[in-house]
Amino acid sequence: MRGGGPGSAVGPARSAARVPSALLVPAAAGLVFLLLPLAALLVRAPWAELPGQLGSPQVWQALRLSLLSATTATALCLVLGVPLAWVLARTDFPGRRLVRALVTVPLVLPPVVGGVALLLALGRDGLVGRLLDDWFGVTLPFTTAGVVVAEAFVAMPFLVISVEGTLRAADPRFEEAAATLGASRFTAFRRVTLPLIAPGVAAGAVLAWARALGEFGATITFAGSFPGRTQTMPLAVYLALQNDPAAAVALSLVLLAVSVAVLGAMRDRWTAGVGA
Amino acid sequence: MRPARRWAAAVLAAVTVLSGCAGQEPDPTVTVFAAASLRESFTTLGEEFEDRHPGTEVEFSFGGSDTLAAGITGGAPADVFASADEATMARVTRAGGTSGEPEVFARNRLQIVTLPGNPHRVRSLGDLDRPELKVVLCDSSVPCGAASRAVLRTARVRLSPVSYEQDVKSALTKVRLKEADAALVYATDVRAAGDTVTGVEFPEADTALNSYPIAVLDDAPQPERAGEFVAFVRSAEGRRVLRAAGFLEPAPGAP
Repeated sequence: MRGGGPGSAVGPARSAARVPSALLVPAAAGLVFLLLPLAALLVRAPWAELPGQLGSPQVWQALRLSLLSATTATALCLVLGVPLAWVLARTDFPGRRLVRALVTVPLVLPPVVGGVALLLALGRDGLVGRLLDDWFGVTLPFTTAGVVVAEAFVAMPFLVISVEGTLRAADPRFEEAAATLGASRFTAFRRVTLPLIAPGVAAGAVLAWARALGEFGATITFAGSFPGRTQTMPLAVYLALQNDPAAAVALSLVLLAVSVAVLGAMRDRWTAGVGA
Repeated sequence: MRPARRWAAAVLAAVTVLSGCAGQEPDPTVTVFAAASLRESFTTLGEEFEDRHPGTEVEFSFGGSDTLAAGITGGAPADVFASADEATMARVTRAGGTSGEPEVFARNRLQIVTLPGNPHRVRSLGDLDRPELKVVLCDSSVPCGAASRAVLRTARVRLSPVSYEQDVKSALTKVRLKEADAALVYATDVRAAGDTVTGVEFPEADTALNSYPIAVLDDAPQPERAGEFVAFVRSAEGRRVLRAAGFLEPAPGAP
């Protein structure tokens, strides 16, 4: 859509006139569809109440918890998800396609069901959770660690799929060359592959972080809701919606503004020079 | 509000036509929005009502009273609303959503719900304060949370719960899944959960009884049948089913 003025078009011409209307019309409709609810939120927002909302310590408490848990969950996704993506992209073992499909299950699982599944696995009476409680006296539900677990569970598939796609697109010959020069496979992964796929890892981390920040269903089911400990912004918004919709809209705007600011800052830093 | 409602009706009509219901004479369907705690008893009452009025169907949407009220004031086409507390019904009435005065048809009382067999021997609200117990309460923004807060104030007990749940059923679920040791929920929820939990009565519950009002809605597509359904809920048979589910009769002398 750029390059409307004469002389501004350098390189391949991309004037609006060349875009087939069969694509342009649905594209415009898609854009409106995505932006209209956002615009409605902004238009109907109780702007007069906003300063009062921002002054309340509960909002900051929930926001701090949200940022902390989403960032920790993303770190957990990176530590576990990048190696998983590498195994899926670079090795061949029986049932690999099945494993790959299973990795994406949390994407289609309703998050509330995901939360129940987590309780059955890691809850105080869960398959593994019972052992954690018996051996270490650790229980995850109703703790901030539980929030991180719930968020990582729903966010990790985004990271794995993104990184795996980047790995498949990356040329494996660089790794092979490193191996022929005597590097171990892990060294090759660390020194060659990782820098090569850094943009894909960053994109996956951003996706996972955004998903974790907005997580609601699995969190409230697995970790409950207690201010300052497990009540993240989406939970605070939902509870506010019950009897004070204006406050809920105000809280949503805060979450929206913070996430846009963080994502914008990351995008500038990480994708500069990558040619995005 | 009016145009919004008309839009909602138009969208619903379009969906009905598209889903292939057009062409045949539709049976009259009474759509009832009812609080989640009424699920078991209203499902039974709906089936009995259908038996008594052949050709009539009763459809339910169960959910948090606040969510349902927001749907009604937002234009959802429903015939009857049954709320778990009077404050929520009042919100619909104030917005001009009900036709006629809402009538209280049942009351509900809180119970302490514990793990099956009550292994921690909880006998009173005061026992919930023991540090080894994980207790969940409803958030104070929903009716069961407001009632919990009231009974705790009466009993002068200060609890440190591990979570404030968004509705009574999720508080109950936490105990059913053994994640929490106890919660404050309605007597009807304890009864519906069967032997997966054990309920404990406490005297302070009588100071914060929830009254359940029911009303025909102003925009009811089937106002006549809706009125009949409300009358059936308040009839002797309706009261019998509600009592069996653990509800209390409306206060004597109440309208």
